[in-house]
Amino acid sequence: MNFLPMTMRRNGVQCMTPPSETLLEVSGIGKHFGGLAALNDVSLHILRGEIYGLIGPNGAGKTTLFNIVTGLYQLDSGNFTFDGTGYVSCKPHLLAQAGIARTFQNIRLFANMSALENVMVGRHVRTRCGIWGALARHAAARAEERAIIGRARELLRYVGVNRPPQTLAKNLSYGEQRRLEIARALATDPKLLALDEPAAGMNATETESLKTLLQTIRADGITVLLIEHDVKLIMGLCDRVTVLDYGKKIAEGVPHEVRNNPAVIEAYLGGGSA
Amino acid sequence: MDIFLQQIINGLVQGSIYALVALGYTMVYGILGLINFAHGEVVMIGAMVALSVSLLLIGSGLPPLLVLLIALMVAAAVCMVLGYGIERLAYRPLRNAPRLAPLITAIGVSIVLQNLAMIIWGREYHAFPALLPNSSHLLAGAIINEVQIIIVLVATAMMAGLMLLVHRTRLGRAMRAVAENPSAAALMGVNPNAVISITFMMGAALAAVAGIMVSANYGIVHYYMGSILGLKAFTAAVLGGIGNLRGAMLGGLLLGLIESLGAGYIGDLTGGFFGSHYQDVFAFLVLIVVLVFRPAGLLGERVADRA
Repeated sequence: MNFLPMTMRRNGVQCMTPPSETLLEVSGIGKHFGGLAALNDVSLHILRGEIYGLIGPNGAGKTTLFNIVTGLYQLDSGNFTFDGTGYVSCKPHLLAQAGIARTFQNIRLFANMSALENVMVGRHVRTRCGIWGALARHAAARAEERAIIGRARELLRYVGVNRPPQTLAKNLSYGEQRRLEIARALATDPKLLALDEPAAGMNATETESLKTLLQTIRADGITVLLIEHDVKLIMGLCDRVTVLDYGKKIAEGVPHEVRNNPAVIEAYLGGGSA
Repeated sequence: MDIFLQQIINGLVQGSIYALVALGYTMVYGILGLINFAHGEVVMIGAMVALSVSLLLIGSGLPPLLVLLIALMVAAAVCMVLGYGIERLAYRPLRNAPRLAPLITAIGVSIVLQNLAMIIWGREYHAFPALLPNSSHLLAGAIINEVQIIIVLVATAMMAGLMLLVHRTRLGRAMRAVAENPSAAALMGVNPNAVISITFMMGAALAAVAGIMVSANYGIVHYYMGSILGLKAFTAAVLGGIGNLRGAMLGGLLLGLIESLGAGYIGDLTGGFFGSHYQDVFAFLVLIVVLVFRPAGLLGERVADRA
């Protein structure tokens, strides 16, 4: 696999051989629920190493898009390409394997498992040991288990959950639960980390430290896709944003451009006031 | 002879068997929210297969213990395939159907299995060959035989192994994660369908072992043996709090003890009006009392709130 970047360098920028600069490309995706078009011909592309924002009023289709690229929903039209592989429909666990991880708007931790165990489940996709290893508990299985525990503890520290690791997830504070969900997603070694309103319900201090965390994550080479309502966070963090309204893309670009786009102002403030 | 101690011993033996079967109910319920009413029949199929294998091998000159071990392996393998098949064919297509549909299907599967067993093995009672040493020991005024000791030991070991598997391994974590939130687990790379299949197979393997224990304990195998045993094990699972593994084990042991003590003393308590053949009444009395006063069971914390 090492020769690919070499080829690219030799042939110059016009060479489109993967791995390309685009990590996720969404092409003309449509999704309907009965008569309601939740997404209508939406296209966007996210570059490696970006922090990409997805914004829009409630019901604009942001979470629907997340659900499609993480395999929870099947799309009705269009397709998406992740890390050089095209998808029309795919099971969530295979997309996790491909390198997409996410968090949820309404936190979905394994509430009755410990903080540590939640992150350990995240390691599932990158570990192998099956039922026979579990039963026999041979040396390799024990070593793998130790590695899983070690990595999980590391990630808890990384996101800043400084509680005893055996604390049940449901007993963590709200902000800690949000961070734990990020740690669990990071445990899958994602290429793309998709966060659905990570700052929802956080106070200003918590949001500020979330921002720092996301910048660290990006610096560590993980591309971030962010749904967020906190405009200040989006403006201060994202390289580019896409604005959805009623399932359609109405704007795309760097945050400050988008912020002054009349269509965006109208979508947020309502047709009458534009 | 000490009646009380004797009934305690009988209760523990019977309770260990209930516990193994109850675990099968509770594991499936925990992960799918489904009551697999066909589970009792899996126990029966396990006993039947073990019977056939033992009868086939018993004349071969192999040591009886080895015959039993082979019978156990074959029975467990057959039951695991059966458990997998039941889930794959009968329950998975109904995964997103209203809850009543898989429940009725489960009853259907149990009727099918019962009739299948009747066709293959006939309607008569079969004697299960005595493959284990069966000498009795006197223990503080009560009688305990080696089959009973082995049942309790094997059941304890299997339960300990299961707890270890569920709480200390990658597979167990995946199982618990799917039970708590299948979609979040899938996004962690856990394949929920694979985990569900493995859960059914593990439950079925426990059922096979339990089936052999019942047969070895009573020396009799019958195509109808699964339904009453299944109902009682289900009762045990509800008693402990269905969906909760520790609950299933506790419920199984308690139910065994209640039944056995009840049967031992009901004659004295009612002046001989009711005899020990009323022992089955206790299980269902317990079920009613639990459902009325503590529907979530002894160790159950909450009513299942899955989406």
